Amino acid sequence: MRRFWLWAPFALFAALFGVFATGLISPTDRYVASGMVGRSMPQFALDGALVPGERLDDRYFVDGKPRLLNVFASWCIPCVAEVPVLIEMKNQGIEITGIAIHDKVEDIQKFLVDNGNPYSRIGMDANSRAQISFGSAGVPETFVVDGKGVIRYQHIGVVTPNDVPIILAKLRGAQ
Amino acid sequence: MIAEAGLAALWLAAAMALLQFALGALGLTQRHEAVKSAVAPVAVAHALLTGMAFICLVTLFLRSDMSVLLVATSSHSAKPWLYKLAGTWGNHEGSMLLWVTILGIGGATVALFERVLNKRTKTATLASQGAISLGFYAFLLFSSNPFARLNPVPADGQGLNPLLQDPGLAFHPPTLYMGYVGMSVAFSFAVGALITRDVGPAFARAMRPWILGAWIFLTMGITAGSYWAYYELGWGGWWFWDPVENASLMPWLAATALLHSVTVLATRDGLRAWTIMLSVVAFSMSMIGTFLVRSGILTSVHSFAVDPTRGGFILLLLALYIGGAMALFALRIGTVREGTQFDVVSREGALVFNNLLLSVILVIVLVGTLYPLVLEALTGTKLSVGAPYFNATAGPVALLLVCGMSAGPLMRWRRDNPKLVIERLAIPVLVLGAATLLIALFAGSIGILPMLGLIVAAGVAAASVAPLWKRNLKRTPLFTYGMVVAHLGCAVSLAGMAADSAFTKESLLAMQIGQTGQVGPYSVTLKGVSEIPGPNWSALDAELVVQRGTGTPFTVHPQSRTFKDPPMETSESAITTALDGQLYLVVGAPTDAISFPIRMWWKPFVTLIWLGGIMIAFGGILSLFGRVDRDLFGFIKLLRRKKAAI
Repeated sequence: MRRFWLWAPFALFAALFGVFATGLISPTDRYVASGMVGRSMPQFALDGALVPGERLDDRYFVDGKPRLLNVFASWCIPCVAEVPVLIEMKNQGIEITGIAIHDKVEDIQKFLVDNGNPYSRIGMDANSRAQISFGSAGVPETFVVDGKGVIRYQHIGVVTPNDVPIILAKLRGAQ
Repeated sequence: MIAEAGLAALWLAAAMALLQFALGALGLTQRHEAVKSAVAPVAVAHALLTGMAFICLVTLFLRSDMSVLLVATSSHSAKPWLYKLAGTWGNHEGSMLLWVTILGIGGATVALFERVLNKRTKTATLASQGAISLGFYAFLLFSSNPFARLNPVPADGQGLNPLLQDPGLAFHPPTLYMGYVGMSVAFSFAVGALITRDVGPAFARAMRPWILGAWIFLTMGITAGSYWAYYELGWGGWWFWDPVENASLMPWLAATALLHSVTVLATRDGLRAWTIMLSVVAFSMSMIGTFLVRSGILTSVHSFAVDPTRGGFILLLLALYIGGAMALFALRIGTVREGTQFDVVSREGALVFNNLLLSVILVIVLVGTLYPLVLEALTGTKLSVGAPYFNATAGPVALLLVCGMSAGPLMRWRRDNPKLVIERLAIPVLVLGAATLLIALFAGSIGILPMLGLIVAAGVAAASVAPLWKRNLKRTPLFTYGMVVAHLGCAVSLAGMAADSAFTKESLLAMQIGQTGQVGPYSVTLKGVSEIPGPNWSALDAELVVQRGTGTPFTVHPQSRTFKDPPMETSESAITTALDGQLYLVVGAPTDAISFPIRMWWKPFVTLIWLGGIMIAFGGILSLFGRVDRDLFGFIKLLRRKKAAI
């Protein structure tokens, strides 16, 4: 029995090795559709972060205009990396709304000063309820929502410049 | 010519590493004394050759020889000489060459100065060092040759990452590498001892200075890295739980545990298998850290050399060395005799408690860092684990650890009476009570963790000097002072962290010229804004007049810099240090023509965080001198006396 346990560190290391090897070999960008894609946005209502008294809820998205919904957090380092790309899209006239999870308004404001602000509105989702109802498991994630409030596409992970054409095409498709 | 000479020296060094490994392995299986004796000189020659290769690369960088690919891609002739020098290791190839250079010097130091170990174990240790070096030479020569030429020769280089143009950072990688290489020597000792089954106090004494040395460098590296992130990134925080920060924290945690367990092995001949395991783990954490940073499989602000092939190479080395050592452990440790036993209430017991808690924190950090990777491998989901997880999980365990630290040094070896231990803790407990009362009365409402932090810091500060009470201070050994200073440093650092999160005042204003804002005891007025051209950047410079209460006003200049080559924005914060804290001012890119975002923090006692770090490292240095003096020279004297008696 003791002999067997002596191999435990080796086994743990082998498992770690497996994870590292998979991380290296597998492609870094993959698109996994959430169960919510193609369905109407879940009901939610969140306090806004940009202007006092402002709110972000599902009705906001039902005005005929397709937009992006970006799930992020000020404490998430990859989220910092995608801000320039989001700002670039904003400058092309695309509206981006944000949902900040597990966050504080002060931290969000700091985040926006540091990195710039691509968002037209930000909802504060302190306990991740809205995030979970979107079928989103982590940050950052970006959804394409059409003018009727239907989720058309989900992008998991950082939006890199390479992803922009795909997202733009999905937005055009949502017109 | 210099580049070719460097490459030749590198190939020869690789040959010496191979020879060091082969002769060492041969020396273990055969009885020829001559073979064993040849290993040490080969290790020295190896160090000299790799040192020559490194000097060649430094020369190329200082002369801005743009015909060398590496210089052309990572340097620029207009850069100040210090950054040309730092540019040598500010890139993947150069930093790997620095790695093997320090590795070679480490091997040579063992070859020249190691006298405590028996010859067989020393030979096995050097062979293991040779094998480790060999892998990195293969890496350098086959996939990342630093001396490759470029044709046609470009007019000038492509600069250095502007975030890396900082005097502090020039010395950050070498410091960390010294730590990592120190861990590799400890690892080689462990492998050597496993091969010869010679695990005991002599082995622990031989290994201890290396662990201490590595630990001092890691402590300094982490302290400096934390301060660098604090003033350079302009976020006002001092620790971000960024994967790369975690990568440097994990070896430190393992090394801290090892440092304490090796003391049990050296003094009481206990914890044999555990100490061996920790030496392997500490080095694997260094390697895993290198792998995570270099392969770019985790997203981080640090990832500057992202390349999956290189990642694959490091992973292969990781598998060979760590997998090999773990397998050797499983095969051999059963045949190593069990060490001495001890009571739960004893110095050994306290050190085991310390080791368990440090291991728990290590696992927490490892899981938090790797969780996104594991999840991606299993489900394809990408996410990021942030500060909330780490603070909530590692924070309480760290507090418990620091509490244990106050009792441990007051316990006797082998067996102690719990009542007596509690008596010895009477004064620290009183201090703790007084601190609780003071904080309850004056601190107002602060978070539970910062409050506990402040209280515990006060108690631990009192407890950490307690080992000196009722002792003859002149006859107290240097390493006891080292322990006291290091433990006191932990208390000081903890107090700084707690004070920072409990009492920081911050304010973010869109200021117009002439406007005044308040933060903590300071008033800050925006006098003017100007464009300033630098050597390779242009800056938006804010002139801020700062006044504390009715004191003398003074001017500071935070900047928002735009680098040209490559294009990048960085912020230079203006930090004013007072005795009771720091005022931290940052200017952001303007939102419109008339107002400028100015962020202001008043951070009471934040400097204690790094002062504590420096104290911890200084305590390590005191210990190192004390140990080298007693362990090495004392042990040698003892051996001579024994021989003379026979």
